[in-house]
Amino acid sequence: MRIGRRGFFKIAAVTAGAAGAASASAALPHAEGTDGPGVLVDTTLCVGCRACEAACAEKNALPAPPASDDVMRERRDTAPQVFTVVNRAEKDDGTVRFAKKQCMHCIAPGCASACPVRAMNKTAEGPVVYDASKCMGCRYCMIACPFDVPKYEYDSWKPRVRKCSFCADRQAKGLKPACTEVCPSGALTFGRRSELLELAKTRIYTNPGKYVSHVYGEHEAGGTSWLYITDVDLEKLALRTDVPERDIPSLVSGALGAPPFVMTLWPPLLMGLYAFSRRRDTVEGDAQENGKEDRHG
Amino acid sequence: MASAQAGAALAAHPSFVREKILLGMSVREYVRSCCTPANAIAAAILVVGVPILVYRFIAGLGATTALSQTAPWGLWIGFDMMTGIALAAGGFTIGATVQLFGLKAYHPIERPAILTAFLGYVMAVIGLLADLGRPWNIVMAIFNYGTASALFEVAWCVMCYTTVLLLEFTVPVFEWLGWKKLHSVMRKALIGLTVLSVMFSTMHQSALGSLFLLAPTKLHPLWYTPYIFVFFFISAIIAGISMVIVESMLSHRAFHAQVAGQHVDVDKLTLGLGKAGALVMFAYFFLKLQGVIDGHAWGYLATGYGAWFLVEIVGFVLVPALLYAYGSRNGNVKLVRAAAVMGVLSIILNRLNVSIVAFNWNQPVRYVPSASEVIVSITLVTIGVLAFRWIVNRMPILREDPSFAEGQH
Ligand code: SF4
Ligand code: SF4
Repeated sequence: MRIGRRGFFKIAAVTAGAAGAASASAALPHAEGTDGPGVLVDTTLCVGCRACEAACAEKNALPAPPASDDVMRERRDTAPQVFTVVNRAEKDDGTVRFAKKQCMHCIAPGCASACPVRAMNKTAEGPVVYDASKCMGCRYCMIACPFDVPKYEYDSWKPRVRKCSFCADRQAKGLKPACTEVCPSGALTFGRRSELLELAKTRIYTNPGKYVSHVYGEHEAGGTSWLYITDVDLEKLALRTDVPERDIPSLVSGALGAPPFVMTLWPPLLMGLYAFSRRRDTVEGDAQENGKEDRHG
Repeated sequence: MASAQAGAALAAHPSFVREKILLGMSVREYVRSCCTPANAIAAAILVVGVPILVYRFIAGLGATTALSQTAPWGLWIGFDMMTGIALAAGGFTIGATVQLFGLKAYHPIERPAILTAFLGYVMAVIGLLADLGRPWNIVMAIFNYGTASALFEVAWCVMCYTTVLLLEFTVPVFEWLGWKKLHSVMRKALIGLTVLSVMFSTMHQSALGSLFLLAPTKLHPLWYTPYIFVFFFISAIIAGISMVIVESMLSHRAFHAQVAGQHVDVDKLTLGLGKAGALVMFAYFFLKLQGVIDGHAWGYLATGYGAWFLVEIVGFVLVPALLYAYGSRNGNVKLVRAAAVMGVLSIILNRLNVSIVAFNWNQPVRYVPSASEVIVSITLVTIGVLAFRWIVNRMPILREDPSFAEGQH
């Protein structure tokens, strides 16, 4: 096959063009500021009544949580039919502490950035919500969540990812999330995240020695809507404490910035190589024209 | 035009089916020729595996896999997709060598490499469809752009590259069918297709590594590095080179009749590939070390995971790299082939380590694949091998079609 110089440039241009057209810039899901809605969980106030579990189940039409508090003897996790669980831990002095686990509604959520079809999505209002009709079930959101929140309906032929939606529908109507509405002890405070952060820090500073001086969720995974203050190690209360401070999408964005370069630089580079090797071929071919008898050309 | 040509071809050869499909035998002869022990084994695998695959779509992932809330990805992703795609890297590696770098000596192994790549991708895509919870929603990727997702990049590149491979594969198909016009069009397009194949492969082979970038707390520190996507790309080239060596060794053994009378010096090609293999593998080894230094993960080397990591990078990277270097230097083809087999195993091991063994290493419950998952994976490989054999026996993959020979480059 022979391709003249002109033909070669034509091919280079066409491939480069096709590549350019296919190129999509890697845009990050925008974090709508840091001042969406949030909840402050004060584990020192939680009495472990699990009213939040019941309210969540009712709101989301999930099976009612087990009635007996014995379930708290074991460490529990959220599940496809359980969007929030309360776990129990004992302090060294014997006092009991509880903490509720649910989706943290990250400001820049790993799950939403991982979703190739935007079925997992951070709404402009703040909640991170899921749309089963788009989901292809790759479960990459589960890999991506540093808090191990999304759960999968493995037993269905038409499975969904399940997790807390921050009661996005209720919030849209101006209502509080169901769990925060029923909490009798004041352990859950719903409000603007910036105000909650201030409240959390005030509680820590005005009660010296009472709390661990750290607001869980202020920087975890780049910041989350749900914030926790505590006087025990949250690891004991079944929350992941190894979450990096960097937001998850930023861990990937560098590598994802490469495609546009590959798409614009590779084709001309490769075609250049090709042209070079053809030239070399021709030169060599001329030199040993007579020596070669088998098919070539 | 295509159908007209097909009609013409049929008219010209009344025994089209007999000649092209049944290898010149009658139906009865053909069926009898298929009764071999190897086919019996393959049939047994399919009889068990295909129903399991069907059952998975009826009963769901829970009934057929050992996947759990802490292990969302298992063998079908770790082996069928991750490994399958890496091992199919021979397609773009050899394609670029021949078409772009102009090393025409490697032309005889280009077609088998492209065919393997194509079948590898098709099998990987089937594996992926089995693994997706809602496979019918895969079309959503065409309408919803999750551009911040490495998986989005993988999905698009795999779609595009599978198409490119299909188009590249049409060259021997058209030769087989005797469609000269289309054939010459596709031959001309081959350069452009090769450029596209290198481009898409660069992107998705590395993006498969990028998939793990967002899980720094879940992937063991010895394997997690911000450069994992570079590792994946380089090791894909190793996989491509090694696979091509292993494959030309196997196919020249298995398809004697096909290569008889050809003057292709496979040994020489193998040695040349071995040299390239040594180079890339040494580079990979030192980069892996660099990754450990960079991640300050030395401390973990003294643990069980550390030992396993050393098995991977010493036993399956350094050793084959040395074998490659020594073998290609001293003209020892056997050694190069041994290195290639280890190179293939090395990539399988690495992909399984990253996606399964070292993933969620700190969780109390570890994932162990179910029997069904293993059987389905074996079934897919079997289908790939059968398809390869079916095609090689009929189309000009390992040999040249004399009537098209003048059209070679
Ligand atoms: S906690 Fe997990 S599921 Fe919830 S928004 Fe953050 S990444 Fe997503
Ligand atoms: S499982 Fe669904 S929601 Fe989760 S990343 Fe995949 S497509 Fe998105």
